[in-house]
Amino acid sequence: MNTSSACTQSRREFLADAGVLLVGFTLFPRGARAGSLGAVPGTSAAPSADALDSWLVIGRDESVTVYAGKVELGTGVSTSLRQIVAEELDVAPARIAWVQGDSQLTVDQGRTVGSGSVKRGGAQLRRAAAEARQALLEMAASKLGVPATQLAINDGVVSVTGDAARSLTFGTLVGGGRFERTVSGRAPVKAPSAYKVVGHPVPRVEIPAKVTGKHVYVHDVRLSRMVHGRVVRPPRVGATLDSFDEQSAAKLPGVIRVVRKGTFVGVVAEREEQAVRAAKALTAKWSATTVLPDAADLYARFKSLATAERVVGEAGDAAAALRSAARPVRATYRWPFQLHASIGPSCAVADVRRDGATVYSATQGAHQLVAPIAALLGMSSDNVRVVFTEGSGCYGHNGADDVAADAALLSQAVGRPVRVQWSREDENGWEPEGPAMLFEMAGAVGADGKISAWTYDAWTPTHGARPTRDPASLVAGALVGGSASTAEFFSGGGERNARTTYVLPNERVVSHPVPSFPIRTSSLRGLGSPQNSFANESFMDELAVAAGVDAIELRRRHLSDARALAVIEAAAKRSGWTPRTSIRERGGAASNGIRKGRGFAYVQYDRTEAYVAAVVDVDVRPDTGLVRVRRVCVAHDCGLIVNPDGLRNQIEGNVVQAISRTLKEAVRFDSTRVTGVDWNGYPILRFSAIPDAIDVDLIDHPDQPSVGAGEAATSPIPAAIANAIFDATGARVRQVPFTPDRVREALRASKV
Amino acid sequence: MSHPSTALRIRVNGADHDVSAEPDTPLLYVLRNELSLNGPKFGCGLGQCGACTVHIDGAPRRSCVTAVSAAAGKDVVTLEGLGTPERPHPLQQAFIDEQAAQCGYCINGMIMRASALLAKTPRPSRDDILSAMDANLCRCGTHMRIVRAIERAAAGGAAGPAGREG
Repeated sequence: MNTSSACTQSRREFLADAGVLLVGFTLFPRGARAGSLGAVPGTSAAPSADALDSWLVIGRDESVTVYAGKVELGTGVSTSLRQIVAEELDVAPARIAWVQGDSQLTVDQGRTVGSGSVKRGGAQLRRAAAEARQALLEMAASKLGVPATQLAINDGVVSVTGDAARSLTFGTLVGGGRFERTVSGRAPVKAPSAYKVVGHPVPRVEIPAKVTGKHVYVHDVRLSRMVHGRVVRPPRVGATLDSFDEQSAAKLPGVIRVVRKGTFVGVVAEREEQAVRAAKALTAKWSATTVLPDAADLYARFKSLATAERVVGEAGDAAAALRSAARPVRATYRWPFQLHASIGPSCAVADVRRDGATVYSATQGAHQLVAPIAALLGMSSDNVRVVFTEGSGCYGHNGADDVAADAALLSQAVGRPVRVQWSREDENGWEPEGPAMLFEMAGAVGADGKISAWTYDAWTPTHGARPTRDPASLVAGALVGGSASTAEFFSGGGERNARTTYVLPNERVVSHPVPSFPIRTSSLRGLGSPQNSFANESFMDELAVAAGVDAIELRRRHLSDARALAVIEAAAKRSGWTPRTSIRERGGAASNGIRKGRGFAYVQYDRTEAYVAAVVDVDVRPDTGLVRVRRVCVAHDCGLIVNPDGLRNQIEGNVVQAISRTLKEAVRFDSTRVTGVDWNGYPILRFSAIPDAIDVDLIDHPDQPSVGAGEAATSPIPAAIANAIFDATGARVRQVPFTPDRVREALRASKV
Repeated sequence: MSHPSTALRIRVNGADHDVSAEPDTPLLYVLRNELSLNGPKFGCGLGQCGACTVHIDGAPRRSCVTAVSAAAGKDVVTLEGLGTPERPHPLQQAFIDEQAAQCGYCINGMIMRASALLAKTPRPSRDDILSAMDANLCRCGTHMRIVRAIERAAAGGAAGPAGREG
């Protein structure tokens, strides 16, 4: 085992060591490791977005290795980003080796969040690959003595047009060397009409390994001398540790150390099952003073805690228009706290030595995790390295960062590499939750059949509490220090899609941030967009019903954007939407006691990103209140499509997850802690409740930039389901989740 | 150092292995940490999600709540025992063909449960599939593709004894 700190290694040293450091862990594809990279001149300079060599390395063996800051979270970006590079560089995608999210080896492209990997990360990689292509053409032109304009590239071979015998490979031109060139942004990029790889379905590169048990997740990292840690959590941050019997765990077989720092408690044992047993056996008594509100008082508490308001958008005079409206409509909507609920509880492996630390983590921001971990360990950031290793799907800010801090503290305590995986209870109880939200809406439709007034008020805790440089922004750091850091309130998250894209003459959209709430919240897929769109698109439907206008028609009257109208038209056509302006035309046809209904919703994600329209068909059983989504039709426009099948996979996933969030999911808690700590306490959608079909209509715009598709299709689903339930029964469900009890309650209310 | 008191012999993917572990150790930890079989995954430790599913004598079992001693003398098959990336089992190939994975953490359980279903019911109806798979959780929402992959495998005759059990 190499004893030098991994964090002072150059790329070359690290790669040479990789096979030794990692037992049973192939960090790099074979071509990259065995081939050129070992011969790349080492550099200790930090990767820079301006330097072409930071992005791309070509080996003597013709290998192409890309160093990407954006990471694979299970959404397929490591394939679609490869396609973008392959296209500009003229190499087969399968030949490209991929290194991602390493705080020392890859460019910091920012966190892998907000559906930005293809849009922003892909644009950076396209520029880098185009620059490399230009450089290779210039090198070949000089060596072959012909102008670059007379050269063509085919899968890494540059040849003279019409004289294929005169050719040079990439490896011959630059293999093992450096480009020493800036990414100028001026290298020509291909016209979308010339694309051969982008826009075509490419099988995801990691799926064969994933279905055969060969894919290495962070859970599967095994280092030499590695031992196993588990954490023992208090009811909540801020609790005091009244008594603690170290011996209750320390005496058990295999236990190496019981670690206590402030209220951070953990155990380390030789074997995983020993660590699990010791954590369970450890006797610790806590007292927690902070009291969570009763679920029934939750939303009232939000209102009492919010002291400021922010006007998100305003036009005309909504208050006056509402006062003069003949028939104003008012509605209150509620959304609960929800979990990311990754199937694999968060896991990390840390190797902390005296002079530095390496942490393997499924974090969304390897570069951003360095500073708080370093501060927690009392080290310089220069000596801490975070290596992204894929985890279970995270759908936002789950426990990945926090468990990395747990592993780091425990590894430092025992001086050996430590793997920590949270229990299911740790995961459900300690992951940052997706925030609950409260909405109060009012509006009216005028005599001209258009919306004359629209007001929105929403209350929400923060949707963004990512790690800062402060170690207390990680759970372990907060427990060591005894208090949580004050995460900056990220208003942009809760306000995502607060204002619709409808052109409304009189509207006022106001958010009321809940600055501090005793449940820790952060980013869950879509942030505020699914919740805001649930309220806005449900309310749109309520206005349509009140005015006796077809739901799609009312939306059309307030949109002029051709792409918006096109996705709405596509969804309507594909689903066979028939206008419905009265109850008589609505669904509700009963068979076997089942009432059938159909609902519509439309959202442009984050107001400037993907356009999504959805038609949902539901069955409702009035006797039991059970709702079953039968069919979902989605029309989707995210600009230039990179990988159509990858995109469909994402859209289907968004739809199914959104059905689950809408029908089933709410965090249960008592006065001190989360109580829904297993899959019975936090149920999600199962196979028996999936739709019969999800019909996706992809609208490609090769002339338009790609925007993200990781979250957009979630947003219209909750309201489309609510609108379909109304269509089926005449009952309006305004609180998520639409459990059988809630639906029966809405049915009773509708008959009053 | 730890001193596991028992030496056990277990048969996994057609080969015998001598392992040292307390008899009540969950089989999952032995497969992963002693035999480096990473296919089965820890999801809940409660037998609720199915990520840890393996076959024991051909039946799908939750290895997170199965003691290693209970597997002694029986045939254990893991995802690795079905096929490899180079030579995938027809059901694994169907998952590749349908691109039926996103993060893939649950996929071990999906394939192990589905292969047990197909061994018993080579031509399952859609309802058969939904009902058999209902015990397994997926969070990415890959359900539609998983069902399609199982249907594809059934249509292609992926039934029969899974992996090396035959």
